[in-house]
Amino acid sequence: MIQVEHLTKKFAETVAVREISFTVDKGRIWGFLGPNGAGKTTTMRVLTGYLPANEGRALIDGIDVAADTRAVQRRVGYLPEVVPVYGELTVKEYLRFVAELNGLERRKIAAAVERAVERTNLQPVYGRLARNISRGFRQRLGIAQAVIHEPDVLILDEPTIGLDPAQIIEIREMIRAFRGSATVILSSHILAEITQVCDGAVIIKEGRLMATLTREEWGKSLEIVAAAPLAGELAAALAQAFPAVAEARCDGAVLKLEFRQPPSDLNPILSWLLGRDVRIREIKAGLEALYMKAVLAEEGRAS
Amino acid sequence: MRSAWTIAKKELKAYLYSPVAYVLAAFFLLVSGFFFYNILAWANEQTVRMMQQGYPAEYLDINQMLFQPFFGNLAIVLIFLLPLLTMRLFADEKKTRTEELLLTSPVRLGAIIAGKYLAALIVYAGILLLTATYSLFAFAYGNPDPAPLLTAYLGLFLLGAAFIAVGLLASALTENQVIAAGVSFSAILLIWVLSWVGEGGPGAWRPVLAYLSFFSHFKNMAGGVIDTQDVVYFLTFSFLGLYLTRAVFEFRKWR
Repeated sequence: MIQVEHLTKKFAETVAVREISFTVDKGRIWGFLGPNGAGKTTTMRVLTGYLPANEGRALIDGIDVAADTRAVQRRVGYLPEVVPVYGELTVKEYLRFVAELNGLERRKIAAAVERAVERTNLQPVYGRLARNISRGFRQRLGIAQAVIHEPDVLILDEPTIGLDPAQIIEIREMIRAFRGSATVILSSHILAEITQVCDGAVIIKEGRLMATLTREEWGKSLEIVAAAPLAGELAAALAQAFPAVAEARCDGAVLKLEFRQPPSDLNPILSWLLGRDVRIREIKAGLEALYMKAVLAEEGRAS
Repeated sequence: MRSAWTIAKKELKAYLYSPVAYVLAAFFLLVSGFFFYNILAWANEQTVRMMQQGYPAEYLDINQMLFQPFFGNLAIVLIFLLPLLTMRLFADEKKTRTEELLLTSPVRLGAIIAGKYLAALIVYAGILLLTATYSLFAFAYGNPDPAPLLTAYLGLFLLGAAFIAVGLLASALTENQVIAAGVSFSAILLIWVLSWVGEGGPGAWRPVLAYLSFFSHFKNMAGGVIDTQDVVYFLTFSFLGLYLTRAVFEFRKWR
């Protein structure tokens, strides 16, 4: 479990993270979403004990990071933004080194390395020097080193950055496999990544918490963008026709829907709209709409 | 202790898998071999001259004529060599961002520093050991007293240990290896010549500056004299270097 309570981190004059609080339950995968420079990496560095917080606290499995940093570090697997690889070591030597760093018993190291290699499909580069492996393998090696000691909590900073689409899908599969066995928090600025992998998302911007959303919540909202402005009565008619829709609103060409439960099938609604000559241009998943709302709401307040 | 050794093993691999240790050892042996040859030639000449002038054989001391100046020269070469050996220790970790791996692992900061120090010390001891081959020639063709030689080697080792501690500290201050080498080289050289400054300085400071100088403590050991005071000086100095390195990390965290 990860608990962050009123966390504030300052660097000299700037406040990188301001009064952030959120909780990730055991065995869940949560996303950490925000534009570049929002404070994602800083928060993760506080969680791993790399940086101390100025105010507030962070707890991993109930242990305060500041009070017992080493106990926390034993429980946490961490993939930093830049994969920390020693180019002069082979993949095997590197993983053995990380296993030893994490205090694994000597007789358990070989098995742990083997398991991590299997999990991340590193077999093709096992004997190669780490500096000579491709970007995709390098990222997998980063995940392998993070999980080698079977941590309860995984902290992954931009795990799919710089990868090609096939590699991104592969890494996402790897991360999904940890659901239930480890508590995972991963940062990203790609909304689709969060909706596909995560059970919830923390949205931050300029160091401030904008929203905490669960899959339940973003699954319930949907935006349908039409090619032409929509008539206001359409929304009311739709809400009447479909009891599953709790709220419907028209905003220019955008039809905003809130469901009572995450819908399993959109076809009835779509055919209803097509029957009324609505030309659908785009369907936006819930998180995108909620993300924009959270970020734009702030901008509205500021101006 | 085990985690310090884990770090040390990794550092030794980094030294031995790259050309660094070999190139530095080669240059060190080249330069020190040159000095050994020259001093030996000079000692031979002196010996012949003294024999011709009828000095008794007891006046001729190979330890004093050959080894004392030779070790003095080795120490000077070390001022140049060891900053090059230590410059990568932390600077490189910072540059490649691997530092984050070490500092977020459950290994104590002290163990990380100790491991890196130990690795550099082992490589240095290995290079130093290679210069012992010169002494073998002296034993083959003459009869030097082995005790002062061992003392001088202990002195060189302790001196190097202090230099490495300075180098480690410099490396922790920057992510640029050249800057790390420059800082440690200047610091070592300045501490080395503190005794000269002491000679010309105001009276009250003279003994203090002389005490702080590497040179004052090494010159006795190069001559084969062990004084606990000198040993304590080198050990304290090394410990201080490691302690300050630790302080640098603690300080950087809060910046």
